[in-house]
Amino acid sequence: MTGLYHYPPTWLHKLPAGFKLFMLAILSALALHIESAIYLTATLAFACLFFLVLGAKVFRRLLLLKPLWPIIAAVFFAQWYIGGLPAGIASVARLALMILLADLVTMSTPMQALMDAISWLLKPLRHTGLDFMRLSFCIALVIRLVPLLLETWQKHAEAWRARTGRRANWRIIAPFISNVLRIADHMGDSLDARGYGMQSSAASLERQR
Amino acid sequence: MNIVSGNRLLVRICLFAALIATFGLLPRLDIPIAAGVPVTAQTLGVMLCGLLLGARSGALAVLLFLLVVLLGMPLLAGGRGGLGVLASPTAGFLIGWIPGAYVTGLIGGPTAQTSADRTILFMRAMTGALAGGVLTVYAFGIPWLAWTSGMSLKAAMLAAMTFVPGDLIKVFLAATLVVYFNQSRTKGSSA
Repeated sequence: MTGLYHYPPTWLHKLPAGFKLFMLAILSALALHIESAIYLTATLAFACLFFLVLGAKVFRRLLLLKPLWPIIAAVFFAQWYIGGLPAGIASVARLALMILLADLVTMSTPMQALMDAISWLLKPLRHTGLDFMRLSFCIALVIRLVPLLLETWQKHAEAWRARTGRRANWRIIAPFISNVLRIADHMGDSLDARGYGMQSSAASLERQR
Repeated sequence: MNIVSGNRLLVRICLFAALIATFGLLPRLDIPIAAGVPVTAQTLGVMLCGLLLGARSGALAVLLFLLVVLLGMPLLAGGRGGLGVLASPTAGFLIGWIPGAYVTGLIGGPTAQTSADRTILFMRAMTGALAGGVLTVYAFGIPWLAWTSGMSLKAAMLAAMTFVPGDLIKVFLAATLVVYFNQSRTKGSSA
């Protein structure tokens, strides 16, 4: 799973992640303050153009907005009803603009670079007990677990189908969760066996005494 | 569900984060009474986080899931993900999942599942899932929706009502699962 990261790299990929996040924060804040429909639509058109400049494959990412159509339409009609047509256009343009800007960061920044930038942001929290290595490990584990869970679900669904001749339904949720909990406990024990997080578990044993 | 700690707990938190993702990626769950109602099973995952992991760990699992989504994994229902999620008008519901799982766990989590009586177990879990997975989530989602989309609170509330039937089914399902897991535990075949 590579997620929403875009390959091959464009020149946007070369900029440092921290800088891109900073620009995103500033531009989003600006977008929230502009009220004019003309400015917002122009900026949105400019952003779309920016996607086109980065390549045809990048431009196709604009389709990412598709699942949002219903909610964008709802916002448009609500604003139109309350504040007139320009307000409707402005709010929809602002919405699309902010989502597209954020997507530029997401598509051009590898996950590791984003995490490094976040770890820098979270540095002040370090003395509250936030363990960044452990957080990175958890994120990697979640990403690995998703396909494993989908595969396990598929097996349960097939077993259900073979025995009932019908499509799998909510009845397989309980055995599915039992099964994946068993897998998870095995993983936990394997981590124990490899001494992962030994220091902290030694500390917790100490506390229990 | 038995209460665990250490690495087992760590992996379980990751597991439930992945479970929310999986529920969003499944090709439509067939729930007979819900025909035609828009149901994403992801909130079922959020309820189960609180009910099976407890308040703190459940909220951590949801937080972890959202973090992975923001980092760019397309794990929300409909394949959405990335930083743009925060700009969408429905982001409040996602933020609300974190306290939602916490409240669910406080009321109906493993520490509250002490009764051997099925009806009491079911009612507790149902109250928890309703208060956390529905009311708390809406308490964050509806004002956010109203604020970002310029709808009045009342209109936003009406828009959110479309999801209530589906959510009620999920509350019912989550509570049924809690009873199931407690039964399998007392029979000695613990998960």
